[in-house]
Amino acid sequence: MLTIKNLHASIGGKEILKGIDLSIPAGQVHAIMGPNGSGKSTLSYILSDRAGYDVTEGSVTFKGRDLLSLNTEERAAAGVFLAMQYPVEIPGVSNMVFLKTALNAIRASRGQSPLDAMQTLKLLRGKASAIGLSEDMLKRAVNVGFSGGEKKRNEILQMAVLEPSLCILDETDSGLDIDALKIVADGVNALRSPERSMLVITHYQRLLDYIKPDAVHVLAYGKIRRSGGAELAHELEEKGYTDFVNEAA
Amino acid sequence: MTAKTQTLAKNLAEQKYKYGFVTAIEQETAPLGVNEDIVRFISAKKNEPAWLLEWRLKAFHHWKTMSEPHWAKIHYPPINYQSASYYAAPKQSAKPQTLDDVDPELLKTYAKLGIPLQEQERLAGVAERRVAVDAVFDSVSVATTYKKELESHGIIFCPISEAVITHPDLVRKYLGSVVPMTDNFFATLNSAVFTDGSFVYIPRGVRCPMELSTYFRINAENTGQFERTLIIADEGASVSYLEGCTAPKRDENQLHAAVVELVALDDAAIKYSTVQNWYPGDKDGKGGIYNFVTKRGACRGNRSKISWTQVETGSAITWKYPSCILQGDGSIGEFYSVAIANNCQQADTGTKMIHIGKNTRSTIISKGISAGRAQNTYRGLVKILRTAKGARNKTQCDSLLIGDACGAHTFPALESRQPQARVEHEATTSKVSEDQIFYCQQRGLNTEEAMALIVNGFCKEVLQELPMEFAVEAQKLVAISLEGSVG
Ligand SMILES: Nc1ncnc2c1ncn2[C@@H]1O[C@H](COP(=O)(O)OP(=O)(O)O)[C@@H](O)[C@H]1O
Ligand SMILES: [Mg+2]
Repeated sequence: MLTIKNLHASIGGKEILKGIDLSIPAGQVHAIMGPNGSGKSTLSYILSDRAGYDVTEGSVTFKGRDLLSLNTEERAAAGVFLAMQYPVEIPGVSNMVFLKTALNAIRASRGQSPLDAMQTLKLLRGKASAIGLSEDMLKRAVNVGFSGGEKKRNEILQMAVLEPSLCILDETDSGLDIDALKIVADGVNALRSPERSMLVITHYQRLLDYIKPDAVHVLAYGKIRRSGGAELAHELEEKGYTDFVNEAA
Repeated sequence: MTAKTQTLAKNLAEQKYKYGFVTAIEQETAPLGVNEDIVRFISAKKNEPAWLLEWRLKAFHHWKTMSEPHWAKIHYPPINYQSASYYAAPKQSAKPQTLDDVDPELLKTYAKLGIPLQEQERLAGVAERRVAVDAVFDSVSVATTYKKELESHGIIFCPISEAVITHPDLVRKYLGSVVPMTDNFFATLNSAVFTDGSFVYIPRGVRCPMELSTYFRINAENTGQFERTLIIADEGASVSYLEGCTAPKRDENQLHAAVVELVALDDAAIKYSTVQNWYPGDKDGKGGIYNFVTKRGACRGNRSKISWTQVETGSAITWKYPSCILQGDGSIGEFYSVAIANNCQQADTGTKMIHIGKNTRSTIISKGISAGRAQNTYRGLVKILRTAKGARNKTQCDSLLIGDACGAHTFPALESRQPQARVEHEATTSKVSEDQIFYCQQRGLNTEEAMALIVNGFCKEVLQELPMEFAVEAQKLVAISLEGSVG
């Protein structure tokens, strides 16, 4: 599904990613853990072509295509979805309108006909209630006045609606209490499928108790320092990241 | 500013104008310039009664003593008032009585503009929404729809040139009663040389059964358009009226100086909406309409209400302050505005709310969007007289900037002589953020779709005030004016 080779990337000329190699087969969930500032969000932005984040070396193939040759919306159309660490507010645009516009843009790129208001409403109601968001939340402006937990759930709602094939979750767990965490994890787990891969970025092992990863990678100082199974997360929880920090130094 | 925002700002600055075509039609124009003879010529063309000619001449002589106002935050080379024609009309033997008599070229023009001149049959059991149209082409009205049906309700909806002849008492009573002939330089010029526009009278207790609208089209080269609109809602009457306007793309600036007067008597309500889409000029500021407009409504009656909603996207220069004189006790004035200024466009727009009666209320919501090198100014006055016990005003001015080369300015003024009046004012300035654009793009929207969505969200409170028929159209217009040549 996704193959990253020797990926180097910089922000404003400063190298942040220093040679990432990572491969996620279809149907698998990989977790990336690492200390603050190690480049986790940078990787997510590089994968979605955010302005200001430049690839300087390496390649990324996604479903056999050269991902780096596509721009942000083309990648979204190809099936890349990023649940952001800091979801953005769009005043005056209701969640409903936003989701309908996004869904129909994605559908158009897949050669599907647009859904009308009634069809969209029906779809959204179902998906929203599954993630514990009230219909009232659909009418409110995108992320405006949402609590931290509501914003994160809203990201998962969008993901459920757009049905991407690569889900990147950037610290979706941070700031969630345990109940909200479970709801989010349930939402994510419901989306696990043989055709869908996930890259779950997290700072804490806690999330991985609910979303069982097929592999865990440790990103520190711009490089994957270690990879392993789910047990690696527990090891990190006990020992912290100090070893990797020392290793890099 | 990153490369992406720069492209955005550039795309926005290169928006396409879709109504810039010219209709090839034989026309009659007045000789260039304005003088007493021209005033007489226009009046004669309209077969006006002597009182109106006198009124015009009085205005003209007063105008000669006035000078152009320069307090607005707009800059333009001196206008030569003697170098344009003040009258242009398609050549035809008489005013067409039915659509069949209208020049096919004109019919084609309106079809191209998407303005329906055909009346829809009323369908049994269908909650249809119909819109009556008065189509003004340069200096004359070429067609007015649903006149008969409206007449059956006692409603008068016709070109003002016709009302002068068919309903002289009403016109004489109200013309210049809200915007005095000596009001300001542009209004006074208009009083001297106005050509056409619409007249609406809604009788006592009648709710107008359909939307009324006037569609102004400038076509002729080197002419000015001086429209004049007068709307009267008698006691307990209500009406929703909309005006739209477009013009051809030309390298020369053209002057449009309109006057609109509204009168609402006891318990009457007038909702006046404008979608102004005059040609804005090219990206270097060449050409475009100079839009110097005086719009004012008088809430004369108790509990009367006048509501202005405007979406201003066109014009090289917009100088326009739709206002309300809240004279009746408990009367209500509203001003909802979206002004988009782009490229080298300059918009100086706002409102005046004059509170005279007791318990009068006003609401002002202004949304200014600036892009390219444009300058967008909100200028408002809330004036509360001592008599206006219990007056209340709420003002909200929001500015949105796209790119770094444009400007937004807000000049709200408050003069209150009523210590118990309650006045609230809020103002914000924000930018379309890179984060917002990225967020939308990551969900599959392209840059233009993202921009349209964000800007429409910013304007929502105003756009939702438009009649339903036009809200969707206005959203599209906002999107279109953000459309660029994608590189
Ligand atoms: N816009 C930016 N400009 C400059 N440096 C940045 C920017 N964004 C992130 N960085 C730097 O890049 C590094 C990686 O950041 P980030 O990817 O956000 O880390 P993580 O998500 O792992 O906490 C940090 O040192 C951070 O300071
Ligand atoms: Mg991060």
